[in-house]
Amino acid sequence: MPLGPLLLSTGATEAGPAAFASLLFVFLLATFIGLGVVTRVSRLLHTPLMSLTNAISAIAVVASIVIAGQDHPPVITLLGAIALAASMTNIVSGFLITDRMLKMFKRPGEEKRP
Amino acid sequence: MTFWLIEGAYLVASALFVMSLYWMNDPRTARRGVGAGVVAMTLAIAGTLLNPGIVNWGWIAGAVAVGFLLGVPLSWVPLTAVPQRTAVSHAFGGLAAGLVGVAKFSLWQGEPESFTAFRTFALVAEVILGFLTFTGSLMAAGKLQEVKWIPQRPVTYPFQNQANIGLLLVAVACGFALVWKPVELAALFPVIVVLALAFGILLIIPIGGADMPTVISLLNSYAGLSAVAMGFVLDNKLLVIAGALDGSSGLILSIIMCRAMNRSFTNVLFGAFGQVQQKAGAAEVRTAKRETPEGAAQILEMASQVVIVPGYGMAVAQAQQRVRELYDELTKRRIEVKFAIHPVAGRMPGHMNVLLAEADIPYDKLVEMDDINPEMPQTDVVLVIGANDVVNPAARHDKASPIFGMPIIDADKARMCLAIKRSMNPGFAGIENELYFADRTYMLFGDAKAVVGDLVKQLAGGSGLH
Repeated sequence: MPLGPLLLSTGATEAGPAAFASLLFVFLLATFIGLGVVTRVSRLLHTPLMSLTNAISAIAVVASIVIAGQDHPPVITLLGAIALAASMTNIVSGFLITDRMLKMFKRPGEEKRP
Repeated sequence: MTFWLIEGAYLVASALFVMSLYWMNDPRTARRGVGAGVVAMTLAIAGTLLNPGIVNWGWIAGAVAVGFLLGVPLSWVPLTAVPQRTAVSHAFGGLAAGLVGVAKFSLWQGEPESFTAFRTFALVAEVILGFLTFTGSLMAAGKLQEVKWIPQRPVTYPFQNQANIGLLLVAVACGFALVWKPVELAALFPVIVVLALAFGILLIIPIGGADMPTVISLLNSYAGLSAVAMGFVLDNKLLVIAGALDGSSGLILSIIMCRAMNRSFTNVLFGAFGQVQQKAGAAEVRTAKRETPEGAAQILEMASQVVIVPGYGMAVAQAQQRVRELYDELTKRRIEVKFAIHPVAGRMPGHMNVLLAEADIPYDKLVEMDDINPEMPQTDVVLVIGANDVVNPAARHDKASPIFGMPIIDADKARMCLAIKRSMNPGFAGIENELYFADRTYMLFGDAKAVVGDLVKQLAGGSGLH
């Protein structure tokens, strides 16, 4: 029973209105935290911010792995694998390009590239 | 045990995602933010792989390999192409959400008790948001990349907005029908998918290049929200949290972009900005004063404070390195040089900062519009490079102007203004710029890279002679 919710596709047993309501609370609080944190992000860094959140929202990778990885009909596995490849692309390119851009921001006095 | 390993990994990952964004508040800690994000994502993936139901390791390895093969080259794009890359990335995010939704829907057909009203509702939301983000972002990427068969100019036709909204309403109605009878009416599901795909395309068609920063931010928000909906479908808190962070980030950036253009979301999405171009053309003929690079170099040399206003035209002309050389020549003479950055300069939020940072301009010289404007009256020379609408004083007083009310950089309040421009053609929004005809403005005609190069040559060669 404890593994039930983790398998993500084991059925409706865990997804009653109570679970849905608690997710709504999580969503609400996470949105407030997000708004609070993102308003403080330096305006200099809005482009890197967006590529960083690209990578973060590729958290869909978690769902894709489960769908591609579990024993399902081949069509479903294929859908999951495409979703997984798309999410991994976002993760890899998102983090790499964010870091690449951030390296370019030179502190005052530290003007030349090392 | 496995339960707590997985939940623990997700819990720590959630905390690290928040910290990752938090550290972006300062360029000095920002790279730590990327590190936190990488650790969080690794934990999330590792935790998920512990799931005992996972058997198709070959498929997973293959998909991950494809992700690396595509992702690594995508991170090498030139910085001018970052907006397109971002749009493509939103498209992938939307696609992943949509496909996961399709997979869940067909799996649940075999276990109809899974279709609780809430979950079906979330599933429909996930699929609509995911697929409209997918095609909408691809369209946006195509417009930004200037792909030939996607028109750059806004395309409008009669009853466009009504048709688009109607389409979306039909999709939503089908969604509610599915919530009611998910198995009997399963045939409606592909209809929703097709409508969402079509809506994404139709939504972007009437939007012009000048509005792309807002549109990209909005699509960023949608990609996040589709991840949230997925979290509701799968009862997964980590998805909800990470998606909410992304969604709120996109929302804030969209609001900043809209404010910087004095427009509303509805106006950006349904206003078809390009429409105003036709009526603006018939102004009286006025003459602008010209200046030569020699003269301009002398003017710059005598200044003690210079503010450079860069626009996307600077990036199009690939003039960043020349601008950097100009910055060096001027600072060598103890002239204070600052860059005035308008929030919508460039093709996405913050784009201009990244382009200048790449040219090794220290970031404390990149000043936001609101901070630089009070300094403008004390500024000796403003040098406008490839910017247009963001310095047009008409935004302040001309109620008939389409950009009326948009906050601008007060280039006209400086003691003198030099503007580099290819020709007198009006800019992206097709509006004539009063600044160019002002008493204190002198025009330098030509390609931004060549003109700034000439200025640098004059300053480097002629120093001490004048």
